[in-house]
Amino acid sequence: MSSRHVEIDGSYFADEREADFFAIGTPAPRTDARGHVTGQTQFFEDVSYPRLTHLAMHRSARHHARIRSLDVAPALATPGVLRVLTHADVPNNWYTILRLIGVEPDDEPVLAEEKVRYLGEPICAVVAETEAAAREGASRIVVEYEDLEPVLDVEEALKPDAPIVNERHGHNYFTYEGHDCRRIRFGDVEKGFAESDRIFKFTYQSSPIEHAPVETTGCIVKPEADGRLKIHTDTQACYFTLDNTALMIGTPFNKLRVIGGTVGGGFGGKVDVMVEPVACLAAMATNRPVKYVYSRAEEMQVSSARAAERITIEDGVTNDGRILARKVRMLVDSGAYSRHSPYGTTKAAAHMPGPYTIPNVWVDAYCVYTNRTPSSAMRGFGVTIADFALESQLDRIARELGIDPLVMRLKNAYRDGDMKAHRKIVEGAALVEVMQRAAELVGHELPEHYRTMSSMSGEGL
Amino acid sequence: MPSRIVTLTVNDQDVEFLAKPGTTLLTALREHLGLTGAKRGCAQGGCGACTVIVDDRPVPSCLIPLETIDGSAVRTVEGLAADGELSPLQQAFVDGFATQCGYCTAGMLMSATALLEERPNATREDVIRAISGNVCRCTGYAAIVDAVLMAADAQRTGDARLVAAE
Repeated sequence: MSSRHVEIDGSYFADEREADFFAIGTPAPRTDARGHVTGQTQFFEDVSYPRLTHLAMHRSARHHARIRSLDVAPALATPGVLRVLTHADVPNNWYTILRLIGVEPDDEPVLAEEKVRYLGEPICAVVAETEAAAREGASRIVVEYEDLEPVLDVEEALKPDAPIVNERHGHNYFTYEGHDCRRIRFGDVEKGFAESDRIFKFTYQSSPIEHAPVETTGCIVKPEADGRLKIHTDTQACYFTLDNTALMIGTPFNKLRVIGGTVGGGFGGKVDVMVEPVACLAAMATNRPVKYVYSRAEEMQVSSARAAERITIEDGVTNDGRILARKVRMLVDSGAYSRHSPYGTTKAAAHMPGPYTIPNVWVDAYCVYTNRTPSSAMRGFGVTIADFALESQLDRIARELGIDPLVMRLKNAYRDGDMKAHRKIVEGAALVEVMQRAAELVGHELPEHYRTMSSMSGEGL
Repeated sequence: MPSRIVTLTVNDQDVEFLAKPGTTLLTALREHLGLTGAKRGCAQGGCGACTVIVDDRPVPSCLIPLETIDGSAVRTVEGLAADGELSPLQQAFVDGFATQCGYCTAGMLMSATALLEERPNATREDVIRAISGNVCRCTGYAAIVDAVLMAADAQRTGDARLVAAE
C-alpha cells in the first residue's frame, strides 16, 4: 500500500501555504470499486429492453469520392431488416461539434450526402431485428462512386492546386480570424536569430493514435411513452451529447434524457457525438429501442484518433544555452472534418514555447483538412505531441552545445511574473523546484547555481 | 442446424439453454442470464474483457460456442462474492486501487482467480503471464499485478484486510 501513498514535500513554498492540506496524499477508497469488482457497475450495454433492434452502418469504401447512386433496396430485402436511414432522414444533417461554443462552419454531415471524404465515413444506417441482420443488410447496400483524387498528406493539402477536401471551408485549412493558421507573434524573431550564436532547425512528426478503449463507442436509445427518448450512452460528455443530438435531430432539448457517466475507457475518444443522433432517429422511425455500438474494427478505423502532427521548430540560441528566438510551423491533420481539431490546434500554438521563457516567438499552426479519418480529442491533445517535439528539440540542442539537458531547461524555465508568448503572465510555476527535486531523486548532479535558483524570482538566472 | 439444449452449471446453479448454433457463451451469460459482468470488448478473443472460468480454466467467453461446453461448470465475476463477502482477490483490487474505468476488471479477476487456484504461491511472473490476455487501456497493470500478489498473500495468511492494512 505504501507505493500508493504520496508524501507531500512541505519544504517548498512553505510560507505560501495558508492551511495544512490533508486530503492530497491520503488514500481514499474509490466509490465505484465495489461495483467494478462484483460486476454490478452498469455500463450502457448492460441495459436491455424487450424488442431491442440493432443498427449497423454502411460506410464509405473510398477516401474521397462523389456518390453517384445509392441502392438501399437489397438491404430492405434482407430478412430481419426494418428500416434504412440516409441523410434525407436527418433533419439537420450538417453540424460541427463545437458549434455549441460558436465554432463555424457546420462542415460535417451526420450521414454522407453527395460526397464521401474519408474511408469508413457513415453513409446509411440499417436497423434490424438482430445484430447479424443489421450487418448483413448494411453489407448489401450498393454505392456507386465517382472517384476523386484523395488528399492524404498535410503538406500536399496546403498546396494551391490541391483538391478541396471539404467544400464548406473552401480550402484545406481552418480559418482563424481571417488567417490561414493560428498565429502567435511575440517580440521579433528575426532580431532574436540575428543575436543568436547558433540556429537549430528540426522537424518532428507523429502518426494518428487511436484511444482503443476496451468498451467500444455505443448507445441504446429507448422511446418512452411520453414521447421522450432515453439515451443510455458511454459518452464522456453527457450534456454535449444531449445538446448536439437535439440540434441534429431537430428536437427540443427536453425531449432527450441522457443516462451516462459510466465509461469503459474514454481518453477523449468519446466526446464526439457519433452514435446517438442516428440511434435516436432510428428509435423514432421504428418506435422501438435501438442499439448502435461500434465493432472493434469500427472503433479502430472510424472513431476519431489523436491528430497526426508535423512540427518544424527553428531555435536561435546562445552558446551557453539560452533560447533567444523560436519560429514554429505546425501542421495538424484534422482529417476530413473539424470536430475538436481547430481547438486542439489553438492549444498547440499557445503551447509551442513550452514551459520556457523565450523573448521572441513566431508560431504558425495550421489545422489542415485531408481525406483521412477525422481526428479529435485525446488526452492533452494539442499539447502532447507538441511536448514530444519541443522537449526532443531541447535535448538535441543541449547535446549539440555540450550542455546538461536539465541545466539547459533550468536556464530557460519560466518563472513567476514572466510574460508568455500568448500574453499570459506565469503564475505558480514551480517548474524550477520540480526539476531540482527530480534531479535530486534520480541522483542527477546539478551545479550549486542551479540547485539554489527559484521560480519565485529571477535569482540564479 | 437445429437449436439444441445445453445444460451448464453457472455459479453453482444448474441452467438450461435452447442454443442456436454458434451462440456464444458470452451471449448466453449476458442476454439470457442477465450476468453482464463479462464484457464484450472486441468479440474476437483479443481483449480478455469477457473472460470467465469454464471447468477451472479461464477462457474468452466470446469465442466459446455454447454447444461445445455442454455439461460444464462456468464461473463468472458475479459468483466471486456470492455470499456478499468479497473474495480476497476482489478485496485486494479495491484496497490496491486496481480498478480505473472497471471495464477490464471482471476479466482480470477471473484470469487471476484461476491462477491463484492453480498456483497459490504465484510469482510476479506468473501473474503477468496469467493476465497477458487481458487488456487494460487505463494502463493500470502495475496496480493489478500488485493486487493479485497481495491477494495471494492474504489467502495464505487467511485475512485479506490484515494484509491490505499493512
